[in-house]
Amino acid sequence: MISENTITDFVYREADLLDTMQWQAWLDLFHPEARYWMPLEWQQQDPVLQPSLMYEDLLLMKVRIERLAGERTFSQKPKSRCHHLLQAPQILACDPAAGIFKARTSFIYTETRGDALERFSGWASHDLVQVGDELKIKLKRIDLVNFDAPFGNIQLFM
Amino acid sequence: MAKYENNPRAIRGLVREAEVHRDVYVDPEVFELEMEHLFPNSWIYVGHASQLSKPGDFITANIGRQPVVASRHSDGAIHLFYNRCPHKGVKIASEPCGNTGKFFRCPYHAWSFKTDGSLLAIPLKKGYEGTGFAETQANDGLSKIKNVVIYRDFIFARLSEHGVAFEDYFGDSLSTIDNMTDRSPQGKLAVEAAPIRYMHTCNWKMLVENQTDTCHPMVAHESSAGTAIKVWQREQGDSTEKPMAVQLYGPFMSPYEFYEQSGIRIWPNGHGHTGVNNSIHSNYSDIEGYLGQMVAAYGETRAHEILGEVRHNTVYFPNIMVKGAVQILRNFIPIAVDRTLVESWVYRLVGAPDKLYERALMYNRFINAPTSIVGHDDLEMYERAQEGLKTNGNQWVNLRRLYESGEEPDVTAVINGTSERQMRNQFHAWAKYMTMDMDKNLDQPGEAAE
Ligand code: FES
Ligand SMILES: [Fe+2]
Repeated sequence: MISENTITDFVYREADLLDTMQWQAWLDLFHPEARYWMPLEWQQQDPVLQPSLMYEDLLLMKVRIERLAGERTFSQKPKSRCHHLLQAPQILACDPAAGIFKARTSFIYTETRGDALERFSGWASHDLVQVGDELKIKLKRIDLVNFDAPFGNIQLFM
Repeated sequence: MAKYENNPRAIRGLVREAEVHRDVYVDPEVFELEMEHLFPNSWIYVGHASQLSKPGDFITANIGRQPVVASRHSDGAIHLFYNRCPHKGVKIASEPCGNTGKFFRCPYHAWSFKTDGSLLAIPLKKGYEGTGFAETQANDGLSKIKNVVIYRDFIFARLSEHGVAFEDYFGDSLSTIDNMTDRSPQGKLAVEAAPIRYMHTCNWKMLVENQTDTCHPMVAHESSAGTAIKVWQREQGDSTEKPMAVQLYGPFMSPYEFYEQSGIRIWPNGHGHTGVNNSIHSNYSDIEGYLGQMVAAYGETRAHEILGEVRHNTVYFPNIMVKGAVQILRNFIPIAVDRTLVESWVYRLVGAPDKLYERALMYNRFINAPTSIVGHDDLEMYERAQEGLKTNGNQWVNLRRLYESGEEPDVTAVINGTSERQMRNQFHAWAKYMTMDMDKNLDQPGEAAE
């Protein structure tokens, strides 16, 4: 039975897989129809006819991950590393009967590469569905507090 | 030590027939002189008239490093001003865009200005009586930029009072803006959203040159576009229709022969474009209903003519690139000698199907965003060049690919698509617009301090 704790644990585990670069295990958390979305507007509603930083399906996420390990991926020499610092997730919905599970988690994300370190703050929203006894991500949405500022490269996943 | 100030000969010496000295990318003094000479002497993109649809609408921008504000007046005219209060210099508009109502009001001491820039009111005005205020520049209100041309809703400005006229400056290169605008069945573009912004720790000219660098995609983007093709081939299963994403990434891996035959066209004053005969944008799938709309609007022949012109990247010297076939404009805004803000705008083709706008937005986030894997490939190269150019072993950047001795400057020509001639064209214009008002300041033109 999926409880609020199950959702919380899931959110922590997801961040941990990113921080430890277990890319395949991370991808396995996603539903085949999932999307990873980073809006470019405050409380953005439309990912298709409004600009976003990212709006990607599983195919494109696989491309990103495979690229990270590529022999000729020069922007990963040296490699990037990341760190997620999460606040306790706020459970917005936990309704096993309806199959609706939602959490919103405040975060500070750090991405480093060589001597450079960049820090980002925002909120991660997870829309989850139950597949068998497991939760899968239907939508992971990252709202940066300063989405409208110009950033340098963001090469990993928040 | 001032090596280049008031020294047009030294500036010209940075540009050889097919090489440029690394100081154009790494020397802070050269950057200062670009801000003082090159940008004011050139026609710079400010914004699009669709961003100023109602009276009182304004947008802010920078020309070089100087902040400007454009506003729509009650009579419908668009005016451009330096973005500073004539009193003590406070910026009159602080947001990228907005509506100021009937007047601008300075937040410091409440001087107010009509949207044509004229001084409307000053609190406690009697304090200026008999002070000679009427004779000061402040009495004229916001300082106006006189040389503004709005071409098919694209707003350009030249800060220098005297210089090359807009039509002479751009000439036939305006055909790319025409083509992009004509791709709307109503002949109209609209800006509907803020640009994607991406900070680059490199000189602005590296970005401009890269727009017509056709020998890098298959190398530098093997990691992104190459991987996209590989993953798609493995994962596609039975699907026969290529997803839009794969259609957009794939062509970056086209071989040298493709780019060679697709051609480059150069124009006078540093403008030029890749993709003369065809381009990486040629084989996107048709979007339902669009061709019908175009034929209804323009007739069969003209509609096919418009859609058959699929140029790749058009560089408008000095610092924008327009992609007519995908309705994107990239503005390479200089911040410092090693810092450039890239703002990539998408225009909606008014009256065309949503799918076209969706595709342009997708292209923009795939290629031009800080989260774009293609962008990561490119920025890595610029950053390494910015570092590498600090070495003293060889102080010249080589632009000799397909160089022919006796190349005429400031001509229109179509050449092999892997030529570096457009980069040579840009640097010829660079030296010209850097020095055109330096000579005037000297007693003996061309004779500078040794
Ligand atoms: S600075 Fe603008 S009113 Fe004083
Ligand atoms: Fe590139």
